[in-house]
Amino acid sequence: MPHIFSFFEHWFGAFEPVAGAVLVSLLLFLFAVKAKSALAKVDDPRIPDQSLTIRNTAELIVGTLRDFVMDTMGHDGKKFIPFFGTMFVFIFANNLLGVIPGFNPPTSNINPNAGIAIIVFLLTHYLGLKAHGMSYLKHFMGPVAALAFLMIPIELVSHLVRPVSLSLRLYGNMTGDHAVLSIFTDLTKIGIPVIFLCVGIFISFVQAMVFTMLSMVYIGGAIAHDEH
Amino acid sequence: MKKFANGLLAIAVVMIASPVLAANGGGGGGDQGMIALAAGLAIGVAAFGGALAQGRAAAAALEGIARNPEAKVMGPMILGLALIESLVIYALIIAFALSGKVG
Repeated sequence: MPHIFSFFEHWFGAFEPVAGAVLVSLLLFLFAVKAKSALAKVDDPRIPDQSLTIRNTAELIVGTLRDFVMDTMGHDGKKFIPFFGTMFVFIFANNLLGVIPGFNPPTSNINPNAGIAIIVFLLTHYLGLKAHGMSYLKHFMGPVAALAFLMIPIELVSHLVRPVSLSLRLYGNMTGDHAVLSIFTDLTKIGIPVIFLCVGIFISFVQAMVFTMLSMVYIGGAIAHDEH
Repeated sequence: MKKFANGLLAIAVVMIASPVLAANGGGGGGDQGMIALAAGLAIGVAAFGGALAQGRAAAAALEGIARNPEAKVMGPMILGLALIESLVIYALIIAFALSGKVG
């Protein structure tokens, strides 16, 4: 793996991803506070602002995320909009930190991703047990009771591997993308790296979306009432 | 299909020939060469399979969009592409881990 310089690694050593994630969280917090205070000053919330303001931006983000969650999860999704919206915004902002020269994306370390993925894993089974009670465990036995002895190990492995694959996917994508960017910046100093910066922004968006979408699919699958 | 067969043949030749070459080299350098080869082959073969699969997925999705432009296949397609790609990414991680061992 090529070694990539970053200020936070220079200052904080092994705590680099923590420092990056804290910085991103502070920026997001600042944005949220600003947007909230801008929203409080509005006379009539039905009338949008004339130009691009912080209120418009916040409304666009919230509206898009609401549609995204509701489209993927259906009616169950309403109470999950804050959770998945926060998750998407946090991962996306973390990924975008890698586009700024001198910073590594915190998500190019496995630990922040594993943290989010483990939260999703625990939440999936907690919500599943809450929604179905003990009959949730029947999901692991497959459709035919006689094949349960085959299905239970398979289902167990497939559930346990989900957080691993979620976190490894994000980690590998961000690391790979950042390595490509650094190598091309090394090779061609001017002009060409811009292409890879654009690719980096696209990959940041797609990977944040994929992480959120897969989490939604997992949790939606756990709480869904199957009709058959 | 013939190109595909040729490619497989080339890979097989490299795989068979490299231990021979490494053995001929003698000394302690053989392991390093094999690790470097494994790192390259891991991501190469994975990218080959992943690209083939993603091409098929994208072709099917585009066909679906062409037949019915209002169909919402974009989201599931990206989901599927991500699932395919994650296997390639595993190989990339292995390749990173291996290339770290080559001094």
